[in-house]
Amino acid sequence: MELKTKIKAEDGRQDLLITREFDLPVELLFKAYAEPEFVEQWMGTKVLKLESKSHGSYRFETSDAKGNVVFKANGVIHEFSPGKKIIRTFEMENAPFGIQLEIYEFEALTDDTSKLTMHVIYESADKRDQLMQLPFKQGLNMAHNRLQDVMGKLK
Amino acid sequence: MNLRRDVFQAIADPTRRAILLLLASQTLTAGAVAANFNTARPTVSKHLAILTECELLKQEQSGREIYYHINAKKMKEVADFIEPFRQMWDDRFNKLESVMKAYQQKNKDDGTKNEN
Repeated sequence: MELKTKIKAEDGRQDLLITREFDLPVELLFKAYAEPEFVEQWMGTKVLKLESKSHGSYRFETSDAKGNVVFKANGVIHEFSPGKKIIRTFEMENAPFGIQLEIYEFEALTDDTSKLTMHVIYESADKRDQLMQLPFKQGLNMAHNRLQDVMGKLK
Repeated sequence: MNLRRDVFQAIADPTRRAILLLLASQTLTAGAVAANFNTARPTVSKHLAILTECELLKQEQSGREIYYHINAKKMKEVADFIEPFRQMWDDRFNKLESVMKAYQQKNKDDGTKNEN
């Protein structure tokens, strides 16, 4: 099956372009990023703070089953245009990947479908490549585990 | 010293990435490659050796000259390396879609109830 998510990562560049089309109206897609309760559900992280407005900031924290914090991230929101655009910084705490600038563009395709374009700019091409190489296998496992946890509760 | 010799080691260095770009469209000798860089010739030779060990480049003897060209098959591994990263994002976005669909459905159901 072809994946719906497309990633353009040109060699030697310090940015990435991630695009994805959703079977959701653009308002709902935007809501998934703007409201803490939805971010918590799909990102599988605790939202300590999320000020969805221009010049706001956010903090995420994820703990394992024993309550140990395994992931911490934070950033500031530079621009927040409801239903259209979010520009924010993202920094994983206690990780060597530096800070990244994220530009999210939300677009309606039809009344019921939408498109997300995520432009991520890293501090350097090396930092981008490091980040793409190192944690993704772990991230993938985490996503699978989360899915299993959620489905497990439904049983 | 780190003796890891794979495509990731190869593309981790900016000079090596530049060499790969240069050789993407042409076959060149070590001297011709070095002429494109301000880096000292032995440094370029070292990078060419690493790229060859990583099998991203192939050497071809032509008379007295050794020509370097890209090994396309190995380059595909570089393209494949973003695949797990893409998988991770695809999983995440699938989750987003299902969470928001459930919410949409719940709202619809509530709406129906209110009408009744």
